[in-house]
Amino acid sequence: MSESRPDLARDPWTALRGLTHARIGLGRAGDALAGADVRALQAAHAAARRAVHATLDPTRLSLAEPFIEVRSRAPDRGVFVRRPDLGRRLRAQDAERLPHAPCDVLFVVADGLSALAAARQAPGVLEAARASLPGWSVGPVIVAHNARVALGDEIGARVGARCVVMMIGERPGLSAADSLSLYLTWDPKIGRMDSERNCLSNIHAHGGMTHDEAAFRLAWLLRGARTLGRSGIALKDDSMTAQLPPGTP
Amino acid sequence: MVFHATLQGERYRFDDLRTLLARASPLRSGDELTGVAAADPVERVAAREALANVPLRAFLNEAVIPFEQCDVTRLVVERHDAASFAPIAHMTVGQWRDWLLSYEVDEAALAAITRGLTPEMVSAVSKLMRNQDLIAVARKVRVVTAFRNTQGLKGRLGSRLQPNHPTDNARGIAASLLDGLLLGAGDAVLGINPATDSIETGMVLVHMLDEIRRRYDIPTQSCVLTHITNTLAMIERGAPVDLVFQSIAGTQRANESFGVSLALLDEAHQAARSLRRGSVGENVMYFETGQGAAISADAHFGVDQQTLEVRAYAVARDYAPLLVNTVVGFIGPEYLYDGKQIIRAGLEDHFCGKLMGLPMGCDVCYTNHAEADQDDSDDLMLLLAAAGVNFLIAVPGGDDVMLNYQSLSYHDILTVRSVYGTAPAPEFEHWLQRMALLDGKRRLNANAPLALPGFMDE
Repeated sequence: MSESRPDLARDPWTALRGLTHARIGLGRAGDALAGADVRALQAAHAAARRAVHATLDPTRLSLAEPFIEVRSRAPDRGVFVRRPDLGRRLRAQDAERLPHAPCDVLFVVADGLSALAAARQAPGVLEAARASLPGWSVGPVIVAHNARVALGDEIGARVGARCVVMMIGERPGLSAADSLSLYLTWDPKIGRMDSERNCLSNIHAHGGMTHDEAAFRLAWLLRGARTLGRSGIALKDDSMTAQLPPGTP
Repeated sequence: MVFHATLQGERYRFDDLRTLLARASPLRSGDELTGVAAADPVERVAAREALANVPLRAFLNEAVIPFEQCDVTRLVVERHDAASFAPIAHMTVGQWRDWLLSYEVDEAALAAITRGLTPEMVSAVSKLMRNQDLIAVARKVRVVTAFRNTQGLKGRLGSRLQPNHPTDNARGIAASLLDGLLLGAGDAVLGINPATDSIETGMVLVHMLDEIRRRYDIPTQSCVLTHITNTLAMIERGAPVDLVFQSIAGTQRANESFGVSLALLDEAHQAARSLRRGSVGENVMYFETGQGAAISADAHFGVDQQTLEVRAYAVARDYAPLLVNTVVGFIGPEYLYDGKQIIRAGLEDHFCGKLMGLPMGCDVCYTNHAEADQDDSDDLMLLLAAAGVNFLIAVPGGDDVMLNYQSLSYHDILTVRSVYGTAPAPEFEHWLQRMALLDGKRRLNANAPLALPGFMDE
């Protein structure tokens, strides 16, 4: 017996599929999902799992400038997913190695929960962001491994940046395994709370935010933070900012 | 109070009840993260030996979180009913475990002691139970609730239809809703997690759900799972709110981080009841919980994550909820690392919730950074159904495109129903028959996409 796929010519779901990416109108084999639909979900899950366990190769980021590589205290991906606390602190030797180089804004390219997202989105966003920030002094690009969002606080404080922007891979979903978030923290220092950051999320090429749009909105937020002298809830503008999404990396 | 146990020639000491509970808990990453887990498997078993010998009365004398620091502790103390506790007052935790499993203890015996139980007693006994024990005892408990249909009856398995959309697009949500209804899901609730916390969006969605429910005369309830203050605002604006939703946790501080207090829950409970929208019952609250919630809010007080979870149930039961579910794999591998830990936690949460008298359901799910997949979800859903879970959550194809995690699919609910011969709530099952969605063997018709005419019309 062949698998029961809906007849597309007569399938009433065809028009509805344009309304949502949800997996509606799937085929059935008895009670169960049709085999092709089971495998489609497995394929998407496998891609997401690969993204979670991928490591960031900075030599393939095609960054326009030299960069400094640092690691968190989480030694590998297995420990990293279990111990968010270790991912928020720099390895001691890397903390000491960071130069004190005061600047207006410091960009950190971080793997987070998807190194794939950092590799695909961060260089483009970084280039567009630099162009959107005339007159701002930009610190050396930092590439951070096994990094959580709050790692940027320690990095920013060490370097002496007025503001740090974490460009970090989001927890992969099935529809996008390479989605990037930007977290902006004014006056970074260890112990900053999530409510003191602003976030732009869903930066990816499958219907998400484009690199140029992300850079535009980031520049707007940075100017707002500079005016206020702080970031976070105080810098709220519904048209421009996003809430911290569930599954913050 | 200090506790001791000697195991394999080694003497173990546990400084207080909080520590003893934590060391006795099955291994999970959240307890390792907060540093309260047993150092090794032998210490864990030693803690269980010590815990088995603790009299249940001891739990009435020692709080794991001080009375003065936590309104959940105060709630538990104030609500404790000595008469309900009397039948088990002479037992140790170990004796109580055997009593729970005995033939003599039936549905009525378990219902009789519910108000005499504290969350810490229930958590403690679960730590002395294997997975099969958690199932065997839970299936003796029946918690029946009602609004527009009756949930929790014997031989029934409810489902929440969760038609989320990443931008709250009403037509996108309607398409997922139609898909679920045609597959027989949604008797527990038609429940949307909105992508934004905008009250305007919530109003649009509440009205849409109510309009669809009335148009097809569906005997079910709807809910937009937004913050409780938003739901109160929607009620004030005259929105057709069936159920009030809120995420809750087991400590005052964690609840404060959710922006919720017992007073606020009281207010919302009264507001929703005053609308008198239920047709067959008045249970109007819907709570979600999950192990790790208090840890992620940094409000755990050195208590193990499972005990904290059961404390959330003490909050829930004060509001006679229609539905409570643990979102067991959602919070991530830092709290439940893999399929084994998620399955164990799901069975614990269901058992503890039922023993506390809650209409317990489950969102059987996992995130993409957990060591779990759809096979683990299959295992847990079938085990929970064997345990008599009130309801399960389902999304199109098992993939929630808004929250970015994998739950069960509508199809999975059909499989569970077939395996155990269960059906949705009776009122909802009659509706499925009336709409010609069921065949003569209580199975969903394979090709019924036009059974709800005009569903997607503007």
